[in-house]
Amino acid sequence: MEKPLTQHIKNDNTWLSLKDYEKTGGYQALRKALKLNPEDVTKEVKESGLKGRGGAGFSTGMKWGFVPLGEDVPTPKYFVVNGDEMEPGSFKDRLLLEGNPHQLLEGMIIGAYAIQAQFAYVFLRWAYHQAARAITRAIEEAYEAGYLGKNIAGSDFQLDASLHVSVGRYMCGEETGLLNALEGKRANPRSKPPFPGVSGLFGKPTVVNNVETLCNVPHIIANGAGWFKSLSKTDEGGTKIYGASGRVKKPGLWELPLGVSLREILQEHAGGMQDDFQFKGVLPGGGSTDFLTGDHMDVTMDYAGVGKAGSRLGTGTLIVLDDKTCPVGMVLNLERFFAQESCGWCTPCREGLPWTAKTLEAIENGKGEMKDLDILNFQTRYMSPGNTYCALAPGAMEPLQSALKYFKEDFEKHIHEHKCPWKKE
Amino acid sequence: MAKIIIDNKEYESDESKNLLEACLSLGLDLPYFCWHPELDSIGACRQCAVIKYKDEDDTKGKLVMACLEPVTDKVRISLEVDEAKQFRADNIEALMINHPHDCPVCDEGGECHLQDMTVMSGHNYRRYRFKKRTHTNQYLGPFINHEMNRCIQCYRCVRFYKDYAGGKDLDVFGAHDDIYFGRHEPGTLENEFSGNLVEICPTGVFTDKTLKKHYTRKWDLTNAPSVCHNCGLGCNIIASERYGGIRRILSRYNGDVNGYFLCDRGRFGYEYVNSKKRIQFPFKKQNNSLVQIEKKQAIQEIRKVAEGKKLIGIGSPKASLESNFLLRQWVGAKNFYAGIPETEGKLIQKVIEIVKSGKVNVPSLNEVKSYDAVFILGEDVTNTAPMLALNLRQAVRNTPKEQAAGLNIPVWNDAAVREVVQGNTGPFYIAAAQATKLDEVATQTYRAHPDDVARLGQAVAHAINPELPETDCSKEAGKLAESIAGALLDAKKPLIVAGTSLYSRAIIEAAANIAFALKEKEKDAGLFYVAPEVNSVGLFLISDKFLDQAFENVNQNDDAVLIVLENDLYRRTDKNSVDNFLQDYNDIIVLAYLENATTQHATYVLPAGTFAEADGTVINNEGRAQRFYQVHVPENDVESSWKWLQEIMPVGTAESTIHFENIVYNLVKTFPDLEGIQSVAPPADYRKGTQKIPREPHRYTGRTAMHTNINVSEPKPPEDTDSALSFTMEGYSGIPTAAITPFYWSPGWNSAQAINKYQIEVGGELHGGNSGVRLFDKKNSNIGYFKNITKTFSPQKGEWYALPLYHIFGSDELSAQSPAVNERLPKPYIALNNSDAWEAGVKEGDLLGIVLQGETLKLPVKLNTGLTKGTIGLPKGLKETVGTRFPFWITFKKIKDE
Amino acid sequence: MTTQNNISEEIKKEIEEIYQHFPQKSAACIEGLKVIQKHHRWVSDEAVKELAQILEMSPDAIDSVATFYSLIFRKPVGRHVILVCDSVSCWMMDYEKIAGYLKNKLSIDFGETTKDDRFTLLTIPCLGTCDRAPAMMVDEDLHRDLTTDKIDEILKNYE
Ligand SMILES: Cc1cc2nc3c(=O)[nH]c(=O)nc-3n(C[C@H](O)[C@H](O)[C@H](O)COP(=O)(O)O)c2cc1C
Ligand code: SF4
Ligand code: FES
Repeated sequence: MEKPLTQHIKNDNTWLSLKDYEKTGGYQALRKALKLNPEDVTKEVKESGLKGRGGAGFSTGMKWGFVPLGEDVPTPKYFVVNGDEMEPGSFKDRLLLEGNPHQLLEGMIIGAYAIQAQFAYVFLRWAYHQAARAITRAIEEAYEAGYLGKNIAGSDFQLDASLHVSVGRYMCGEETGLLNALEGKRANPRSKPPFPGVSGLFGKPTVVNNVETLCNVPHIIANGAGWFKSLSKTDEGGTKIYGASGRVKKPGLWELPLGVSLREILQEHAGGMQDDFQFKGVLPGGGSTDFLTGDHMDVTMDYAGVGKAGSRLGTGTLIVLDDKTCPVGMVLNLERFFAQESCGWCTPCREGLPWTAKTLEAIENGKGEMKDLDILNFQTRYMSPGNTYCALAPGAMEPLQSALKYFKEDFEKHIHEHKCPWKKE
Repeated sequence: MAKIIIDNKEYESDESKNLLEACLSLGLDLPYFCWHPELDSIGACRQCAVIKYKDEDDTKGKLVMACLEPVTDKVRISLEVDEAKQFRADNIEALMINHPHDCPVCDEGGECHLQDMTVMSGHNYRRYRFKKRTHTNQYLGPFINHEMNRCIQCYRCVRFYKDYAGGKDLDVFGAHDDIYFGRHEPGTLENEFSGNLVEICPTGVFTDKTLKKHYTRKWDLTNAPSVCHNCGLGCNIIASERYGGIRRILSRYNGDVNGYFLCDRGRFGYEYVNSKKRIQFPFKKQNNSLVQIEKKQAIQEIRKVAEGKKLIGIGSPKASLESNFLLRQWVGAKNFYAGIPETEGKLIQKVIEIVKSGKVNVPSLNEVKSYDAVFILGEDVTNTAPMLALNLRQAVRNTPKEQAAGLNIPVWNDAAVREVVQGNTGPFYIAAAQATKLDEVATQTYRAHPDDVARLGQAVAHAINPELPETDCSKEAGKLAESIAGALLDAKKPLIVAGTSLYSRAIIEAAANIAFALKEKEKDAGLFYVAPEVNSVGLFLISDKFLDQAFENVNQNDDAVLIVLENDLYRRTDKNSVDNFLQDYNDIIVLAYLENATTQHATYVLPAGTFAEADGTVINNEGRAQRFYQVHVPENDVESSWKWLQEIMPVGTAESTIHFENIVYNLVKTFPDLEGIQSVAPPADYRKGTQKIPREPHRYTGRTAMHTNINVSEPKPPEDTDSALSFTMEGYSGIPTAAITPFYWSPGWNSAQAINKYQIEVGGELHGGNSGVRLFDKKNSNIGYFKNITKTFSPQKGEWYALPLYHIFGSDELSAQSPAVNERLPKPYIALNNSDAWEAGVKEGDLLGIVLQGETLKLPVKLNTGLTKGTIGLPKGLKETVGTRFPFWITFKKIKDE
Repeated sequence: MTTQNNISEEIKKEIEEIYQHFPQKSAACIEGLKVIQKHHRWVSDEAVKELAQILEMSPDAIDSVATFYSLIFRKPVGRHVILVCDSVSCWMMDYEKIAGYLKNKLSIDFGETTKDDRFTLLTIPCLGTCDRAPAMMVDEDLHRDLTTDKIDEILKNYE
């Protein structure tokens, strides 16, 4: 089984230096790409079927293709790496950032070349100090080795890159909120259209890609779209870093062919549930995805497969709910997070999420009323996609709406018994 | 034009608009909060949701925000389907969970956009059962009251204050449901347009603090369409009264003049009307003091005093055309003097000459926003014509905005447009005698003595048209002139701004030359002159003599009678000259609003109506004639000056008995150029059906009760024979013509936003046309270039050239006497150039002694005002500097520290 | 406690260095706040005003940004800041026990600072180490697989 993204990552808390990376064939893809037309680089990526690993699953090649090329286009253009990773239960980008920073930089430089950007930023969440050190050092090394700066690898291409460390807020992960944060502003999202490819950072054409997405790029260029497609079990192409947290025996991260089954991840890689704990449900791709249950064990963990089961692949990191944890408490924890992290720009999210959290809190504390379930159902409709300004609130509704569906009795039990059945007195 | 289908009905709409604008323009009721016609769309409040269908077969559709969707041909939407209606009701419910529901004690109650939208959306019962979040409020200065708990986070306040008006000290703080709009610490809101927050905020967060002091609900106010009297721009206002006091001023929308907004001088500078110093009854001088007398007695005595005497009339730029004209008719043209010194009057005449020539377009105040390159000569517009500054700030964005258009971003997508524009500004040049607030958006500034400002202007004109005389200026100035000329020529619509404030004819001429030269190059150039006072232009259209000439014509036989109309001469020129002049007359009749230095010398003082108690016509800087109407009939003897004049004229004089409209008629007969003023407003006998236009809303309360402490029987309401307006609540309840619209109201629309219903298109022209008549739109004369070039200014040793520095709060006589504005007056100072100060060994705050009008003044030094070497600045119009005739040479002495 | 929170020449230089990299000075606002916080642990009103001058912004505009972000401290914090992850995976893995233990041990609640100014205790959303929950971060050090026993050992390292 091929693991292009992680095979060289050491598990001793160190990262691959430039030398080590080059030994694994690093920066060869960049040299290859620089000999191609930018359009052809984009074409290769488009053909590979690579979809954004940041959660939305949009075709990476298509995104790059929206950026205007040629003489009379607005400059400078920007290329931004989204390393904010603040989705609860997600920790996959950390591995790539801390373990193999040059792989990310190579993908970023290739992407920048494809859209002919002049500046690249790595936007990193504050808590990733180790990653910040790795990226800082890697950028220095890349400049020294001529992979950044003028005449990259002997070509005419020029790119400057720097690291920006965030100061908190989940909204910074939303790509347009991120751009505002990079501009030194409040990380409110921006109106789309215009998309960043037209008007992004400082009003100039910009691409924002997730860390994992970009780590795939050197391998696609080096080995071709066909090879990339062949990696996955389904037709979506590539591998995926899956992970699991919660009461499983072996929580962790695994690079697997895209499209393995939920069962395989849970049983084989995560080692099944810890003794004394039963599986109750799982959020398949971070805090803003719908629950799947025991009935969904054969779901293929790719974009289409999880979608068909009524949830989203999201970040591909599973949050496993066990029978000894209160589902209402779990959803409350998530909704508190989302309410806290709302930017406060649009009404449904700013007002709806705290209302949702307070309602769940009442239920969890035994103060719930049956009417509260109507309120919760109302919130999931009120904050459905399209009703809000960005995808934060609709994402927040996913665990709630599915919990209301799958764990309805648990909610009702709280209300009838005037207490949380899981809480020991 | 596009065909759009709304709830299965076809309409036509403009493709440059968004769907919310389209719906509102079609008269449909679609609620909204974050959108505002002048601020455009950001899509934050989610209130304007509609369902949009892909095509005829799509029955489900998709919920979209109308304010973020372009009008496209054949677009299909529904406002009425359940899903859309339900979402809008739900959204209001969400907005209201933290709202305090304190309408009964909220100043916005009864004219609250949030109330209106809540009713419109159909949301009634709250389901939220938890604690509301609360905020603390801030002290924001004398104008604005703050009550943050009522906030619905529509962001309109910061978008207006910061993005639109360039304010720095109001912002949004915090995140998630803890969003706070205010200052980073309590304190006075500094921006000159802060008062607009009162109308911009859809609920009661920012309310009018001056109104709060004498609070009245909107429905209990008697209102009149009026014109702001605080500067020369003539912004339209609604003035409102209850129990004999003026309660507040709102902006009266005029798509040609002030649009939606007002400056703070205009909004809060009204309270002098209610002042204790108001002259409310006739007074007569007895034993050297003024004693109140009966109106009848006053009239009889004055008639007698004036009988057969030579009469000298002093007019005023604060008084209406009608009052000035009537005085002129009575005293005779040769004895009528504009109450303005020559230094200023000649300049106004010059401006009139140029504007009237019709040689270049003189844009309206609102049109200023459409220019894409600006050159200001000499004028500190923020302080001399504040609303002009606001509109120039919008013009600055036109060139960079074109980039957004190039990316197919619709102009109404405000957030996206701003993102593309970033902080960029179009070509904007300021040449002034000192630093000005607009410098922050200027491409380049040039600071020089007025003569050199003019010289730069002439150099620019020469660079555009090399046949014009050359100016030998410094290399730096020469280069600047080249680049200004280049930028103006590159622009589609270049605008030149100048004015009279620096008393420089050369500046006025240079500005005209540039505009003429641009016009010759086929540019759609505009020329905008700032005039000092509300009727400065009107006054000089009917008079040609200055105060100085009145002073020269000594009262030889000691028997002439002097009549001074609404004019404190001691503010016009130095005390000695006025003293000498007044001493010459035994009989002085003064028509005044407030006790002042001139009334002290009167033998009779008559209570003249301010804008609040008088009717009349005024002419603004662009030559636009506008009518203002009295708000109420006061319970004292205050009335329009023209009425007083009619009453004190000898019986039998042609003018003494005629109706207001006949005064206008006679005026036009005498001055055929002013013919337009006859159509400024509908005649007094104009009726809607059979009805007059009521000044009071039909839910006005308490009429039968408000006088019961005096008399239980309800007095007959006063009649208004001068206009088509009535003083009561009875009458036509629809939408009257703009010139006589006393307030905005439409079923379901109680807030200021009801204005939508009065406009043909939201943000556009009013039904039946915006009010006001431009008098000079025809090409009138063949004016040529001004070829005279002034000499360059040379600083003198030991002597300084004193320039007036203007203050929005303070330089204007009447507004400064309003308590709230009075709190904002600057302390007197003497402004010095840094290097002059250094040479003289003085620093910021040091006291300097100067002699003004024979009196020694001690003033603290203010530095960093951008004045050029050899000049000093003194605040214009403050108590300490009043009557000073700028410009002049002066010396100062350092006063040793005690 | 650092009450002296003025911007030294050194800080000013650092900030000036940063805005060279941006098309506008104001874009360095967040970076500027970070620099101040690096030196002073928190950002005082005074510092906001001084930063405003350096970046040619208004203090209001700076504070608008500062108050948006959760990790810009506008109130004084202790010498060490403990950030306990309270997000979903840690919550499931006994976050409450850890939180209770810390509060008890330090005799403070979340949002508070110990009397000796040694620790400030805060919660933080997901630290991105969910497979090794529960987790917390003290200053820049990540501590995972927490148990109450471990906490005693860990805190000893922060004086
Ligand atoms: C509230 C919110 C938070 C997000 N956080 C992240 C994040 O932390 N990291 C990330 O890569 N994408 C995040 N996204 C998705 C981004 O908006 C964007 O789709 C992604 O960075 C694009 O990269 P990709 O196409 O490579 O996936 C978030 C989206 C939303 C709505
Ligand atoms: S204060 Fe008023 S204008 Fe500002 S966001 Fe709140 S409701 Fe809107
Ligand atoms: S008016 Fe359309 S979202 Fe606010």
